[in-house]
Amino acid sequence: MIALGQDEIAKYPFLADAGQYLKDQGFSLEQFGTDPDLKQLIQKAYDRILVAADGKIYKSDLIGDHVSKEAALPREVFSFLLAIVLLKLCGMHTLIKRFALAEARRAEKYLERDLSNISDESKKELAIRVIDDLFSVQIEKQDDYFVIPVSDYLKHSINFHEREWKLINRHVENGLVFLTPHETVRLIRKELGTYINSKIINAKTPTMIPGFEDSVNKLSMLSKKFATFTVTTGEYPPCIKHAIDVLEKGENLPHSGRFMLATFLLSKGQTVQQIAPLFKNAPDYNPRVTLYQLNHLAGTSGSGTQYSCPSCEKLKTQSLCFATSECDNIINPLQFGKKRK
Amino acid sequence: MQDTDIKFLEDSFKKYYFEHFDLIHVPERTSEREFGFQKFNSGMTRHIQIKDDKELHLLFMQNVPSDVYCSNAYYSFPNLPMNEKDWKEADLIFDIDAKDLNLTCRANHTVSICYECNEISKDSNQCRKCNSTKLEKKSLPCKNCIDQSKIQVERLSEILTNDFAIDKENIHVYFSGNEGFHVYVYNSQFQEIGSRERSELTDYISLRGAIPETFGMRKFKQDRAAFPDFNEKGWKGRFSKYVFGSKSKRSKIITELLANGYSSFQKTLDDVSKNIGVKIDPNVTMDIHRIFRLPGSINSKSGLTKILCTDLTKFDPYSEASFLSDETIEVLANSPIEFKLKNKKFGPYNNEKVTVPTFVAVYMICKKLAKTA
Ligand code: SF4
Ligand SMILES: [Zn+2]
Ligand SMILES: [Zn+2]
Repeated sequence: MIALGQDEIAKYPFLADAGQYLKDQGFSLEQFGTDPDLKQLIQKAYDRILVAADGKIYKSDLIGDHVSKEAALPREVFSFLLAIVLLKLCGMHTLIKRFALAEARRAEKYLERDLSNISDESKKELAIRVIDDLFSVQIEKQDDYFVIPVSDYLKHSINFHEREWKLINRHVENGLVFLTPHETVRLIRKELGTYINSKIINAKTPTMIPGFEDSVNKLSMLSKKFATFTVTTGEYPPCIKHAIDVLEKGENLPHSGRFMLATFLLSKGQTVQQIAPLFKNAPDYNPRVTLYQLNHLAGTSGSGTQYSCPSCEKLKTQSLCFATSECDNIINPLQFGKKRK
Repeated sequence: MQDTDIKFLEDSFKKYYFEHFDLIHVPERTSEREFGFQKFNSGMTRHIQIKDDKELHLLFMQNVPSDVYCSNAYYSFPNLPMNEKDWKEADLIFDIDAKDLNLTCRANHTVSICYECNEISKDSNQCRKCNSTKLEKKSLPCKNCIDQSKIQVERLSEILTNDFAIDKENIHVYFSGNEGFHVYVYNSQFQEIGSRERSELTDYISLRGAIPETFGMRKFKQDRAAFPDFNEKGWKGRFSKYVFGSKSKRSKIITELLANGYSSFQKTLDDVSKNIGVKIDPNVTMDIHRIFRLPGSINSKSGLTKILCTDLTKFDPYSEASFLSDETIEVLANSPIEFKLKNKKFGPYNNEKVTVPTFVAVYMICKKLAKTA
């Protein structure tokens, strides 16, 4: 792992080994619960979670790349580490998710700024190494752009739905994709969130620490607010209905249509055995081939990757979309009929 | 197919495999690949693991297959069922087939064979004898088909080398043995990418899904300077050359494009894509578990060999991929269309007994246009 200076830890606190950091600074968790001066930091940590839960990005005391006062630096890191402790004690996954996401966005801003830093090479170097270490994406500077191998680009961009992320809409040269600092960081956003999230999930849950109870209780109350209820109408979207119709009439459904139908139903929790009979009217039906293909899609065979249902965008280009007003701007057929209450 | 035909094909193929085993390219990392084969009039046997040349040779001799296949994927256990194979990586493969090119010549060399009454006629939608519409189509591809496919192969190679920095030595072009080419890419950065990533690559190569902004056209705040330059790398340069034609016309055409507006530009893009996008079959490239005809083996749709093209421009499949013997045989031929093999014209034959070399007889029998007499 990269050796980090104080500034860097404050910007990217998730890179630090929490327990080690506390020890190095000469503190134990218990002290934060009892020492009145340190106790303020629990409040700060609580606020940090609150802001994140609200979908906003925590505004730190860091000004530009530096902290106004020396003392503020460890405070930045402590509040992050304590936030994790609080989240673990409270144990609500929805809060952890929101927190990880907000912290990822926060780090994203620093990474972007560091990547575009022209005056300080070392900042840029560090950002590049963070990206390389955490996400195994080798980026390099080339003129005003960062370049990454096409294959790495594809692995990360494949889940983006916006058309500007399609490879054809990128500048590609010499096996490399050209990106701005903003795009570079955007490309690994999801991984950054996932990384922070998994770091928190995998952290050991401490036993309750005296002085932490209040904040933990408040968080438990708060988390109730974020429990989401979704209702599903159970109706299939028009594209899926159409595909089923075609098959039932014994007409030929193109490969892409079968792919859509199978991945959609698999995602809805249907089993391969339940889905297979749908295809039996197809003119070229072969039970063994069908089972093999379905198992493949379900990820129970082959490379083990489970294939997800294509986006509406993709289906439109394949002429498989039969959108009605009920589709209502959703981006994937799986979202059809799910309304947040 | 009647038994005597099968016997004849098997004998001819066997002779080829005996005499030309050197043409069969044992792919590298042989034991990590899955092999499969088919025999005449029977199903597919797959999930076979082969150690080396010797074992492959044995497979040919023992089974006299009509077709032999090999995976582009590498597995830990290629002989196990699909879900236990443990996929590791796969070479990148592209399929370019004349039948996907919408060529006008096609109608001239396609025959229709009636499933009901076996009547053979020139391309039509209805049997002239019994009016049935259940017809099997067989194409006897012409020089134009091959030339047009070659153009696609060249465009593909250009993109692979320039845009994706793939070494020329790692691109192998094979004649498929029927009416197209298979392009293999070895040792590239794409070995380990999955199916969806490969699909994105095919969209790039066929110039599919581009938005006007990519080529300089904006909805608002239009800007002449945003349009690509003539000598830019990648699709921008190709776009310029195709749309502007020459440097001197660039400015005038940009003015036109801007005047026609954003949605008309999207139509321009569709046109560009149709004309200079490479026509590859995306499903083939996407499929990372497929087994492909083995280089050096015979394609039972034609009796021609899937062979490596070292000099694509000069390559003539109908003389260079035909390896079966010259020994003559009498067949009952019914081919309404003439065709050329080894620089000689054959046909048309109107349900007549003719004596032809083996390679011609096999070609016609494979296309269902002849029977052994
Ligand atoms: S909008 Fe989505 S769900 Fe609706 S028809 Fe199109 S693809 Fe299907
Ligand atoms: Zn008929
Ligand atoms: Zn032709």
